[in-house]
Amino acid sequence: MWTDVLLILDATLRISVPFVLAAMGGIFAERSGVIDFGLEGKMLGGAFVAATVAHWTQSAWWGLLGAIGIGIIFSMMHGYASVSKRGNQVVSCVAINIFAMGLTVVLANAWFHMGGKTPQLPREARFMSIDLPFAEELRNFPIIGEIYYELISGHNALVYIAFIAVPFTAWVVFKSSFGLRLRATGENPLAVDTTGISVNKTRYQALILNGILGGMSGAYLSTAHLAFFVKDMSAGKGYIALAAMIVGKWRPYPAMFACLLFSFLFAIKDKPEIFDLLKGIFPVKLLNSFLDMSPYILTIIFLAGFVGRAVAPKAIGQPFSKEK
Amino acid sequence: MNENQANVLVVTLVTIINLLLAFFISGIVIWSLGEDPWFALETMLYGAFGYDEGLGYTLYYTTNFIFTGLAFAVGFHCGLFNIGAEGQAYIGGLGVGLICLWLEDWSLWIVFPLAVLTSIVAGGIWGAIPGYFKAKRGSHEVVTTIMFNFIASVIMVNLLSHVLRPPKEMSPESREFAEGVWIPQMHEIFNWFGLEITQTPLNGTFIFSILCLFLVWRLIWFTSWGYEMRTVGINESAAVYAGISVSRNIIIAMAVCGGLAGFVGINEIMGSSHRIMLNFQAGIGFTGIAVSLIGRNHPFGIMLAALLFGILYQGGAELSFEVQAIDRHLVVLIQGLVILFAGALENLFRPQVEQYVKQIVRR
Repeated sequence: MWTDVLLILDATLRISVPFVLAAMGGIFAERSGVIDFGLEGKMLGGAFVAATVAHWTQSAWWGLLGAIGIGIIFSMMHGYASVSKRGNQVVSCVAINIFAMGLTVVLANAWFHMGGKTPQLPREARFMSIDLPFAEELRNFPIIGEIYYELISGHNALVYIAFIAVPFTAWVVFKSSFGLRLRATGENPLAVDTTGISVNKTRYQALILNGILGGMSGAYLSTAHLAFFVKDMSAGKGYIALAAMIVGKWRPYPAMFACLLFSFLFAIKDKPEIFDLLKGIFPVKLLNSFLDMSPYILTIIFLAGFVGRAVAPKAIGQPFSKEK
Repeated sequence: MNENQANVLVVTLVTIINLLLAFFISGIVIWSLGEDPWFALETMLYGAFGYDEGLGYTLYYTTNFIFTGLAFAVGFHCGLFNIGAEGQAYIGGLGVGLICLWLEDWSLWIVFPLAVLTSIVAGGIWGAIPGYFKAKRGSHEVVTTIMFNFIASVIMVNLLSHVLRPPKEMSPESREFAEGVWIPQMHEIFNWFGLEITQTPLNGTFIFSILCLFLVWRLIWFTSWGYEMRTVGINESAAVYAGISVSRNIIIAMAVCGGLAGFVGINEIMGSSHRIMLNFQAGIGFTGIAVSLIGRNHPFGIMLAALLFGILYQGGAELSFEVQAIDRHLVVLIQGLVILFAGALENLFRPQVEQYVKQIVRR
């Protein structure tokens, strides 16, 4: 039983990585006052580029770099449209998501002719699990050793990066002077402008961080979780990450916990033991479709604010203009 | 030239420039894949217009895009960004299909109105729920409608593979309806008048879609509800001050959106496949966003834009058939660019165009 719990938590952690990375990216953008529904597109683009570059170079790290690149390109497109040109931010995000949906499949088919898939990556070109020191030795040490062995050790590099990104985001947003500017830009851009800080520059800086994290979340899908890119592989995860961020009230740690909750739902779906347990209570077909739907339903419930009211940064979605 | 005409000219020029920009970048993508963009354009145009069958398919796709384009436009006038036409069409189509399966022995004259009603109700409910969450709980409709797309997809996969699939069949789709409830295809309708045209999936729904364009035009600009809805879309606080219920309008607008999207099911299921199929709505809902934005959210513009995307779809299919390196999804990429340029960057060249038009007017 205890081992089962640990295994499910372990699976939860693995599944949560793209959510956590994307949610942190979302925090940077939205804290600066730029709406980011485009996480989905960055994730999809990142997943495709990571798998492709990793295939060409046979190195997951180059793949990651490529994913970060496409994430930044997409967030700069968003920035140009919504910060510089003061266009509608939601429209710009949806445009990027649909653009990414088309571009990835067109390129995948043109380059690999595999029906929107990229070639399977060998072990060397993926992020493989890393055993932390003393994991084997501590394995039989009750509770702490077990947690260390099952839960903390034995993940791939991106998992650790994701969970380092959380305190990093928290530190940047709430403790650094850049974070102060960032939050002020999102709450009251006019006041920031009067102090001589450029609102648009701050928003672009936030979007660069956003693109890096969004691209990385995609790389995890195709070079760590799976070993290839497949058409539409983000499957709404970018939107779910955004919902998690809103539930976390635009704060890194609560957002991370919301991501973990979503991932837990995905994790129990993949565990036959839990499934057998629930099978006794519900009919199988119904249970199957309910479990498939549950993350999406939970997203809606969360967004509807049934778990407390979420207050967005005040200037969110409003392009800044000095003349106004 | 008066001011009104000048405005129309500005809007038309800006739209054309935005479209050309989107096509230009798509051309670069084609060129970078090692293919000739001009040849691609030629192939697409030939595929869409060059022969009777191509034209039929083009108009068949146009019918779908009119529905989803309108489904986006109605919401947009109410200040909503409905990107859930995909799921609304799916569920609306489910309603249409169930009615056809249930009443397949009845006359089409009874089944057709019932099917229209069912798709309005089914699609409408699928739109109204996110509308309710938006109006009462403030959840952003972009995320909730996307979630409803995924939920619709899960429901349909399970229904089609477990409930509606005939026992001995392998593929997840329902059985075929009796021929009596099929919507007559265009070549049959032309036949009644003694005219011969090639058989294509184009069917009577096309005429219905034109009727919808007209009705939505009347609804938005000539009814008091349309006025209320546009007021909410332009200025919520002004609407509240004028005694207009914002939440009621949002919910109704989303329901109307869903109902319009549901008509895709009539064209696809009653008019063409004659059975409920998996993913019959794939991509049509998202295309509606581009159609509506490039059509300036006006039924007349939507008609032209739907035709444009009909051409792109049919021509794109022809192109991917002719040129192996270019995938059908090229049209999705073009959609993204169109939404970017016609929606988010619509003011990119507007100042210059306005300047230019002003000069003409003065002359």
